[in-house]
Amino acid sequence: MSFYEQLTRCREQYSPDWVRKVRRQDVEKVLARDRLSERDFLILLSEAAEEYLEEMAVKARALTWRHFGRAILLYTPLYLANYCENRCLYCSFQAANKIRRRKLTPEEAEAEGRQIAATGLRHLLLLTGESRRHTPVSYLRECVALLSKYFASIGIEVYPLTREEYSLLIESGVDSMTVYQEVYDPDIYRELHPKGPKRDYRFRLETPERACQAGMWSVNIGPLLGLGPWPEEVFWAGLHAAYLQERYPDVEISISLPRLQPFIGNFVCRYPVSDLRLVQALLALRLYQPRLGITISTRERAELRDNLVGLGVTKMSAGSSTRVGGRLQQDSDEQFALADHRSVEEIRQMLYRKGYQPVFKDWHPLRGKEGSGWKGAQGRS
Amino acid sequence: MNDPLVIGGRTLESRLFLGTGKFPANAMIPEVIRRSGAQVVTVALRRVDFEAQEENILNYIDRKNCILMPNTSGARNAAEAVKIARIARAAGCGNWVKIEVINDNRYLLPDNYETIKATEILAGEGFVVLPYMSPDLAAARALVEAGAAAVMPLGSPIGSNRGLKMKEMIRILIEEIELPVIVDAGLGRPSHAAEAMEMGAAAVLVNTAIATAEDPPGMAEAFSLAVRAGRLSYLAGSPEVSRYARASSPLTGFLRD
Repeated sequence: MSFYEQLTRCREQYSPDWVRKVRRQDVEKVLARDRLSERDFLILLSEAAEEYLEEMAVKARALTWRHFGRAILLYTPLYLANYCENRCLYCSFQAANKIRRRKLTPEEAEAEGRQIAATGLRHLLLLTGESRRHTPVSYLRECVALLSKYFASIGIEVYPLTREEYSLLIESGVDSMTVYQEVYDPDIYRELHPKGPKRDYRFRLETPERACQAGMWSVNIGPLLGLGPWPEEVFWAGLHAAYLQERYPDVEISISLPRLQPFIGNFVCRYPVSDLRLVQALLALRLYQPRLGITISTRERAELRDNLVGLGVTKMSAGSSTRVGGRLQQDSDEQFALADHRSVEEIRQMLYRKGYQPVFKDWHPLRGKEGSGWKGAQGRS
Repeated sequence: MNDPLVIGGRTLESRLFLGTGKFPANAMIPEVIRRSGAQVVTVALRRVDFEAQEENILNYIDRKNCILMPNTSGARNAAEAVKIARIARAAGCGNWVKIEVINDNRYLLPDNYETIKATEILAGEGFVVLPYMSPDLAAARALVEAGAAAVMPLGSPIGSNRGLKMKEMIRILIEEIELPVIVDAGLGRPSHAAEAMEMGAAAVLVNTAIATAEDPPGMAEAFSLAVRAGRLSYLAGSPEVSRYARASSPLTGFLRD
């Protein structure tokens, strides 16, 4: 059964009413279990479970320590371009918005990469707006070829690609990919994506699976919280992660829980997600999928991020910029407002204070004849 | 106590091997090594940043007193494990390697078939190969044949802290395999380590239980003592535990009347 079919079945099986009927006893039973079913996961997303957040947190922390240790992987995003062909109603980069558009040359990307590498980070995430025309796969490959000298791991967060295109990027040195479904509810999806290639719900939904099939080592998915009703969106995203992990057991599957942030435009968030709900989502995901990577981005404010460490988070961004050429002092608009502006060093110190090891490198590239295309932070050959 | 363990031509006094992932800070590792007395320390190559200073884990391992054993964490097949081992040796990490081939991210159980293939290649290239494996007699025999220096069966899945769930299978390996059998993974408490040693394991490898303890150096020492106690018990010959009661009027008593 494809994930699309599974999602359709689950949408019929679990109506929003179902969650409202969950009782405290149901939650207690789930908390006593070692392995959680999809039904158990949904129970933890109910209002009844809200009273049990502390119990969930204790369990989530123990599971995270056991599987990931007291360690948090750090990475940073590098925006290559903000050209876009879509009309996502909630995004600054969307084609109809009059913003300053830019695309880094591969050499500019290298210059920015060199600056990032000097902070000690070895995991880089390359982002573009969704435009095949302005940022074709050949352009991405050029950038990756230059940047892979400086980084142990290169991830991409670009428009959905075909399996063959993912294979080409893996060949160039990409080892991980991120794609957000944004919203799993197909009706809301259609409404929020009126134009552009992104209108194709199913092609996007099956994107992470194509990346797994192409041999990507690490695949990160997620909903954009605020676009659809909670907890359904978290539920579908969790099922999606479980589906991928079951079918592609050799791929490291992770999930992010970004919340909609202020941006250029006038989109009103219809389903705001409180801090409490965000924490509940994170804990429920950890208890349902103990080995799932969980990422928290610099969209969230510093104080909240610090408190989320220890509840199941395994990856954090640091020293971020959501502007194209953001570290090169170049002029362009940002995709969304950052809430945590701390430097890599400040994040590093915060983690140590909280009793966590900041992990700068957790991958070793296996490309090239003897496997090491990575020349270290200085890009030496 | 003169009871050395010899692996790959090296004589070891300590039978506790240490894993280095999952600690709250690399800076804690020297103290953990000291209190554990470990002489073999494993490090995932994927975590090593040769360029970094403060965050380079290798700076916290005194190689004059410890053997560094890089592991191939992240390898999904034999070819990747072989590549990682070669990179580690070329980067100056020595010729010991712990092969870890895992292609199931949910249970982190090793792939014995791919592990055997990698062992054969790397042993042929002069590596001292310690393969992490699921305890299976046929696979262990194949690893001996492939040139392994020891075999490292899991006690229970990595990070599970569940102890010697595979006890009966490991016992068979200890009885049948000539090489040292080192129980790796799943030992959650010092008493689990003592149990493995009492059964005749040559050594144990511990990471999660020490790294995620409230006081990792304290737990390292506790494991060290438990390993020694278990070993002493094994050498002293623990009395057999009988599953049957001894009747006060034995059924075969008439034979001696």
